[in-house]
Amino acid sequence: MERTHMRRQVGLMRQSLFTQGFLDEQFIQLEELQDDANPNFVEEIATLYYCDSSKSLQTIEQALEKTPHDFNKLDNHMHQFKGSSSSIGAKKVKDECQQFREYCKAGNREGCMRTFQLLKKEHATLKKKLEAYFQMARQAGPLETASRPK
Amino acid sequence: MSNFEEAHVLVVDDSSVDRRLIERLLRVSSCKVTVVDSGLKALQLLGVDGLKVDLIITDYSMPGMTGYELLKKIKKSSKFKEISVVIMSSENVLQRIDRCLEEGAKDFILKPVKLADVKKLKNYMKKPSTTRFNYFCCIYYYIFFLFFLSFFLFFCVFVCLSQ
Repeated sequence: MERTHMRRQVGLMRQSLFTQGFLDEQFIQLEELQDDANPNFVEEIATLYYCDSSKSLQTIEQALEKTPHDFNKLDNHMHQFKGSSSSIGAKKVKDECQQFREYCKAGNREGCMRTFQLLKKEHATLKKKLEAYFQMARQAGPLETASRPK
Repeated sequence: MSNFEEAHVLVVDDSSVDRRLIERLLRVSSCKVTVVDSGLKALQLLGVDGLKVDLIITDYSMPGMTGYELLKKIKKSSKFKEISVVIMSSENVLQRIDRCLEEGAKDFILKPVKLADVKKLKNYMKKPSTTRFNYFCCIYYYIFFLFFLSFFLFFCVFVCLSQ
């Protein structure tokens, strides 16, 4: 059946997000909070994250354009950004945030700039993948019970 | 679920993602939830608006008033010092944890917050239902006592009359 095939595709898509390291266990935590009364909780919180994080990225980008760099301020902004990335299980984004913070602590301007570009890339990639995943999940019907990736 | 079973939790966090997540975690755990994005708003709700809560969960790192400063203010207040406060942070800094616990925080949760963390929090909440449960238990014990006393008295009267 078409729907069964779609659900299988959704399952495979979800699995690959974990196996490729885009998402971690925290995302499963979000899925476990979804129920009949809140069927779109994961998508809702992901949307909230992207709305907030886009503003954060702009702020950090503007701060990076100023010279000399205020590493303290940059670190504070990144701390917040890392926090919300971690709360939705955005593993690769969180890892780049951590790297950025380490460069901030070392006062390494080049490192910060380089990592920031990587971070933006990971952030955009995850956004595309999640959008595709949510769209397909909506078309396929109710999500299967959350299960830990093997 | 009857209302008086629900504990009321005040969540203080400047991150909208974390506010939404923790609110959902608490609702799933049958708690009533109020969320604010700053320590100042929390104090305003408690003081000016007279909000009654059983537990306060606050993020540590917030602009303006930190979670630690909020904790101190609550513990110094004669009106609110009995309310349990739990601190959350994404950074596992021992000094920070010790400082908060010394200042009277009940617990320190490492972010990202999970359902297991929230389930533990129930231990720190005043349970409004407990007081009422105890009250009803006393009433039942009283009724049973009266019943047995009456039965005993009737028995005594019966014995006296039969002699």
